Amino acid sequence: MDLQIPSHSQFAESLVFELGMMDTMRYVPCMLARRVIPCLDVHDGQVTRGVQFGKAEAGELRNVGDPVELAMRYNDQGADEMVFFDITASAHARASMADVIQRAADCCFMPLTVGGGIRSVEDMSIMLKAGADKVSINSAAIAHPDLILQGARKFGSQCIVVSIDAKKTGSDQWEVFSHGGRKATGMDAMQWAKRAVELGAGEIVLNSIDADGTKAGYDLEITRRISEATSVPVVASGGAGNLDHMAQVLEEGKADAVLAASIFHFGEYTVEEVKQHLQSRGIPVRLNAEIA
Amino acid sequence: MVFDFLWSRSEPNFCGVIALIDYGAGNLRSVHKALLHLGAEVRLVTQPDQLEGCPAIVLPGVGAFDDCSTALNNQSLMEATRERIRQGAWFLGICVGYQILFERSEEFESTSPGFGLFEGPVVRFPNQPGLKVPQIGWNQVRQVRSNCPLFHGIPDQSHFYFVHSYHPQPVDSAIIAGETDYGHTFASAVWQDRVFATQFHPEKSQRAGLRLLKNFVELV
Repeated sequence: MDLQIPSHSQFAESLVFELGMMDTMRYVPCMLARRVIPCLDVHDGQVTRGVQFGKAEAGELRNVGDPVELAMRYNDQGADEMVFFDITASAHARASMADVIQRAADCCFMPLTVGGGIRSVEDMSIMLKAGADKVSINSAAIAHPDLILQGARKFGSQCIVVSIDAKKTGSDQWEVFSHGGRKATGMDAMQWAKRAVELGAGEIVLNSIDADGTKAGYDLEITRRISEATSVPVVASGGAGNLDHMAQVLEEGKADAVLAASIFHFGEYTVEEVKQHLQSRGIPVRLNAEIA
Repeated sequence: MVFDFLWSRSEPNFCGVIALIDYGAGNLRSVHKALLHLGAEVRLVTQPDQLEGCPAIVLPGVGAFDDCSTALNNQSLMEATRERIRQGAWFLGICVGYQILFERSEEFESTSPGFGLFEGPVVRFPNQPGLKVPQIGWNQVRQVRSNCPLFHGIPDQSHFYFVHSYHPQPVDSAIIAGETDYGHTFASAVWQDRVFATQFHPEKSQRAGLRLLKNFVELV
């Protein structure tokens, strides 16, 4: 196959891979679409949004609606995936979350991820059976890294997402925080990401504590470092305020997907608008095809 | 339950019922819901005799080749499904339900046989700098045979949702119905007679995926 690189797009060039030293050696551009993922923070069966990390738990919430209704709206807008995040994470909340996932899976034929309060293989199993495609673990994985391995063995790596809350603690240092960003762990974010992948994580969600809720843009530096250091897709989270932020973290931050909440919930942008903007910057995205 | 209800009905009503193989695959529920959403009659099948009278079979799958092979064999469903295909049943395999149609997998420590319906190994994506494995996300499918009924009404190069580290390498390129580029070009859909299979997940591919499933349901 001929090497075809759109010369105007450095981005496309960076996505061209060279096949190894086989006799079939050829270049094939990787056109895997960059994903746009709305995240729904669910509190007692309702979608809420805190202004900054940890504030939701303190009761500073803005209620933005029924999760399944919102999910359907994003489904229609062509979201590539949806994340449901349980911010209450009590036993009672877990049951209502399973119900939310079940209802969403009945009407949204797209990948669904559920996170928040998943502490065991059994919790994972409940969510996957309810219709989730992936489960996202954070504090529980920090406390018991073995959980990543057990989950990957039982359900496959593609099911296991490890979510990392990172805070910049030095000019060249990012520390992992647990418990919704409240508890310092002393772990280096890069090291933890690599270890999580070794244990079987199929995807990393990187959430910048500093950027979350600020709408000032994603933390490009740590996103890029983790993306380059690991062999699995990296989803950038926290800080999206405008369309250029999303493009930046996909280009400079080398993220495979962007996750955002408030930018969508308050109707500032639709998923489709985000994708059209990304496409105009030469980033491969999936636009809604006209299919009857 | 649902199954008992279907089973108690008389044979003539089974026309058009799609047998959905239930061997514990992770995406069973999603595939089931999508088929019901499209108005199909679906029977969950856990043992061979339940395949009787179903003109079509859907084999879902997520995860490991060996788990799929072992579970199907434990439920005596591999041989029964193969036999139904031989008798002319319509068939749609999804993800591991596609890979299992081949002879064997190169997946780590895999020893279990596949259906052997198609020749060729199931291989892993190459280790390439920057190539993330598993492939997770939406990629384009090039329709390499213009008349494949599965893609009817779906634009060429439409995106479908993929989640996989392995993919079959059919020896007979004539069976390839769709191709996708990821590190290298691989067969993302195959079609021979009444047998269809996709590496991607139509049940998770929104409109394009639902249309593909609808095409299959309407063939039956």
